[in-house]
Formats: sequence, C-alpha cells, structure tokens
Amino acid sequence: MKIAIASGKGGTGKTTLSTNLAAYIAQTHPVVLADLDVEEPNSGLFLSGSPIATEDKFKMVPSWDAEKCIHCGNCQKVCNFNAIISLPKIVMVFEKLCHSCYACAELCPAKALTMVPEKIGTLKAYKQGNLHFVESRLDIGQEMAVPLIGQTESWLNDHFPDALLLLDSPPGTSCPVIEATKDVDFVILVTEPTPFGLHDLTLAVETMTTLKKEFGVVINRHRETGDIVEQYCEQNDIPVLACIADSRLVAELYSQGKMMYKSVPDMQQALDNIIRFLHLPGGRQ
Amino acid sequence: MKEIVVISGKGGTGKTSITAALTYVGRGEILAADCDVDAADMHLLLAPDFGKPTDFYSGVIAKIDTEACISCGKCKAVCRFDAISIIDDKYVVSPLDCEGCGYCARVCPRDAITTPEQNVGQWFISTTRLQNQLVHARLGIGTENSGKLVAKVKAEARSLAIEKDIPYVLVDGSPGIGCPVISSLSGADYVVLVTEPTVSGLHDMRRVHQLLKQFNLPCGCVINKADLNPEFSRKIEGFLQDENIDLLARMPYHPDFTEAITQGKTIVELDGSELPEKIEILWNTIKSKLEE
Repeated sequence: MKIAIASGKGGTGKTTLSTNLAAYIAQTHPVVLADLDVEEPNSGLFLSGSPIATEDKFKMVPSWDAEKCIHCGNCQKVCNFNAIISLPKIVMVFEKLCHSCYACAELCPAKALTMVPEKIGTLKAYKQGNLHFVESRLDIGQEMAVPLIGQTESWLNDHFPDALLLLDSPPGTSCPVIEATKDVDFVILVTEPTPFGLHDLTLAVETMTTLKKEFGVVINRHRETGDIVEQYCEQNDIPVLACIADSRLVAELYSQGKMMYKSVPDMQQALDNIIRFLHLPGGRQ
Repeated sequence: MKEIVVISGKGGTGKTSITAALTYVGRGEILAADCDVDAADMHLLLAPDFGKPTDFYSGVIAKIDTEACISCGKCKAVCRFDAISIIDDKYVVSPLDCEGCGYCARVCPRDAITTPEQNVGQWFISTTRLQNQLVHARLGIGTENSGKLVAKVKAEARSLAIEKDIPYVLVDGSPGIGCPVISSLSGADYVVLVTEPTVSGLHDMRRVHQLLKQFNLPCGCVINKADLNPEFSRKIEGFLQDENIDLLARMPYHPDFTEAITQGKTIVELDGSELPEKIEILWNTIKSKLEE
C-alpha cells in the first residue's frame, strides 16, 4: 500500500506527520518512508539510521558534436523548451531547460547530438530496525524536480514492491505534487485551520479530485471551537482522519528535530486514528 | 525602481505574513507581486479586486485525432514519458503524463497529432484594499510552467511600476529551490530570506542561500519565531555571520500571526503588540540596504 502525505500550503506539518507515523508503525511493523520533497527534504532531520544505499541520479541531455554538425538548425526547431539554440557556427545546449525528450538527438539528420547523463541529485537510503528511510535531494541550481521524483519512485518500486510505503510529498498543486501522488492508493492532506490553510487545502482537494485519488484530511494546530477546516470538510463530505491540537510544545519539539508521539499524547492519538482509518499495521489496538 | 524578493526555502515560516505587512507599511511606495503562484495567499490579506484578469497560455499538450490515426504506433514508440497508451484499440494521450515536447506530432505520418497551447492559469492587475497595486496569479490545477507564470507576473509588475513611477516592487516568492523560485529571483535587487529557528528552517535556508550565491544576489535574513528556540536562533545568527548575510530582524513567536490571517488583516493592523514597530523598522532597514 502506498500513502502520500501532502498539503497545498507548506509548513503545515507534513514532515512531522510523515516521520512520526513512520516511526510509530516501525515500533512493531516494517514500513518505508520516502521523502519526495526533493527541493527541500526534511524528513531525514528527524530520523537516524545506517546508510544502505547511495545513488546519484541523472537526466539525459544532448551533447553536441561540432565535427558531425551540418548546421541545419533542426535541433532548435524541434525543441519545445528552448533548451537548444543553433547559431551559424555553434549549437548551444541549455541542460537545465532540457526535458529529455530525445527529439533533437533522434531527429538530427547528421547524428551530431548524442544523449549523455547529467547529474540532477542524489538518492540515499537508510535502515533502522523496521524502518527504511529513502531520501532524494535535488542538486542546487537544478530547476526540475519531477525527473528526480519519478526516478525515486521507480527505485522504491524495484526495492520495496510490496511494502507499506509512506511518501512525504512536495507542497503545492503543480507538477511535482502530481508526480509524487499519481500512483498512490491514498492521500493524507495535512492542513491548518487558518484562511491560508483552508484556501490551499481547497486547491489540494481540487487537485486530488482531478487525479481521482481517495483522500482524507489531518488538521494540525486544531482549534476546539470554530475550526474553519473542520467545517469545510463536514460540508464537503471529506473525512477528517485526525486532529492535532495547537500547542507551543509541539512547535518547540519540532524546532529541536524531535519525535513527538512519545511525549505528546495528542499526536499518538492522531496516529492511532490514522492507522485505524486506513487499516494500517501497528498502533494501539 | 528596485525589486525585493522574499523567499524562505521552507514553507510556513511566515513569509507571506511578513511580505503583506511590509506592503502595508510601505503602501505608498510599494507595488506588490505574489509569485507563490502554486499557493497564492497574499490576496487573503490584501483583498484585491481581481482586476483585469488575463488568461495565461504556456506549453502544449499532444492530442491525437482518432479519426486520422492509422495506429502505426510511431508516436508511442518515441514518447519518453509513457504518455501515450492504447485504450479500446485507440491511441490516446494522458494529459497528466504528457510533457509537451511535441516529438510524437513530428513523427506522425498522418499529421494526426496536434499540440494546442495550454491555458495554465490567469493573472491579474488588482487594486488592493490599501489602494496600492498587486499583480498576482492563479495557476491551473496540476499544470506545469509555474516558472513561466512567475516570470509573467514579475514582468508585468516591473513594467507597471516603471509606468506609474512606483519605487519598489515587493515580490512574495515560492518555497523550494526549483523552477518557480529560480524564476522569481531573476532580476532581483535584494533578497529577503524568512526563516525560523528549527532544524528544517536552518537546513532549508542553507540550500536556498547556496542558490542565491550561484546568482550572486545580495540578501538579508528575518528570523521569525526567534524565541521559539533561542539556541537555534543563535545557530542561525552564526550562519548569517559566517556567510556575511545581513540580519534584518528578529520577530517573536506571536499569536497575532495566526490572528491576523484569521481576520484577513496584516500583522501590523492589530493593536497592542510590538509587531507593527518591528515591521516598520524592517522596511526602513531593507530600504537602507538598497541604498548601499
């Protein structure tokens, strides 16, 4: 089973929930947590383990052979991403803009462009007890997160085909989130009961509805009375899996990079509720 | 005209609250631009009139005319994104997987594939309740090209500021380090990093700062929620010193941040806290940095 933990707005508690849920389940059962927020991966700050794998990840970009080039200009013409410019004497490749479609190389009449790998990031995997943790980080200056997210998911499918997989997803509603959530069985949307949280949640709900995903909401920094997110979920028949009360203690523990389920009863209760709702292993039965 | 871009690396550090508050105190001289197009929230505090909406087209998605298609399979063979599949004996494109490279259309022997431009969102030139202008956008669900929409919002904001002789463009950037962020940084005169004293706040700021170094952009830092973890605040200050980054302000962990959002106001419009004065000083500090 694959579960994504996502949110429209950043900073609502995605990583807190992902790491605590993974560590809590791992007390008794095997689980894999993958951090797919490759631009700013944070899950690893809260977990430790022994490294079991490190792999550089690449995307394919064209490399120009001056000797073979007949300067026909076809490469520039077929590139929809302005990643290749054919000047009278040279051809310039802008690797960061390249989407690796291969059109320029395969349609070059002189075979003057070959596709070569360019490093975009690094995948690392760790193990501690029942918990496997996988993290990919995008190299600074690389613009596209999607290829690295896709490759990380393939790696997970190869290495953990039948595992319980939790995916800490990137924030927002655009291409990185789609890539991270499109193959999952369920999406947990983490939000907070402010107009910002609610506004971005409605965008996330629209995204998941478009993707035809089953989803539920976890309200972080929950308010006992007049919680606008709770009201929204009720009106729209969206299941609220759990609520975590607003507290300075939680914020302080987070600031120190500490796990919360052991010291914050509310967090443990929330995790139990999620485990029960999704029929996951572990938790207090 | 000078352009100031506010970014954070990590989400939820208070970037938008602080940007909106700065817009309030400098409302006579600031044109605001919301470049966090993925999750644009400034409008919730500034109540713009969503004036002059314009559709934004960028990128293409392949479309197969099943009548003209002869099922030769060439399109499927060249697609690197597994975006073409056979459903009920017909070749179809999955719009969510299509990258818009157009390779399939180029190899189709029957010209059965078209690549229409995609409407990826809308942008607006609005007047806010503060009577200043806000350029902002709404990105379509699951669309690509948010970097291009960011570039559009910025370009419109700049030309409007020049036209109306407004001295400062203040940009609310997006989280992360990828294409929308890189796009929002281009042409910036000064970058304000908003961080928080948490392990993630420091980690994410380090990464985004490395990006700023690649672009050689001058920057300063606001430590928000500074009293949440004094030890980490000191760590951040140490990092700022080592990297020669201006410490612009320390803001407290204050309930007014949430309260202001709830009331649809900026933090400087609530009475009885030290926040208005701190933001006023912050705005003057940023302006003086631009003079240096």
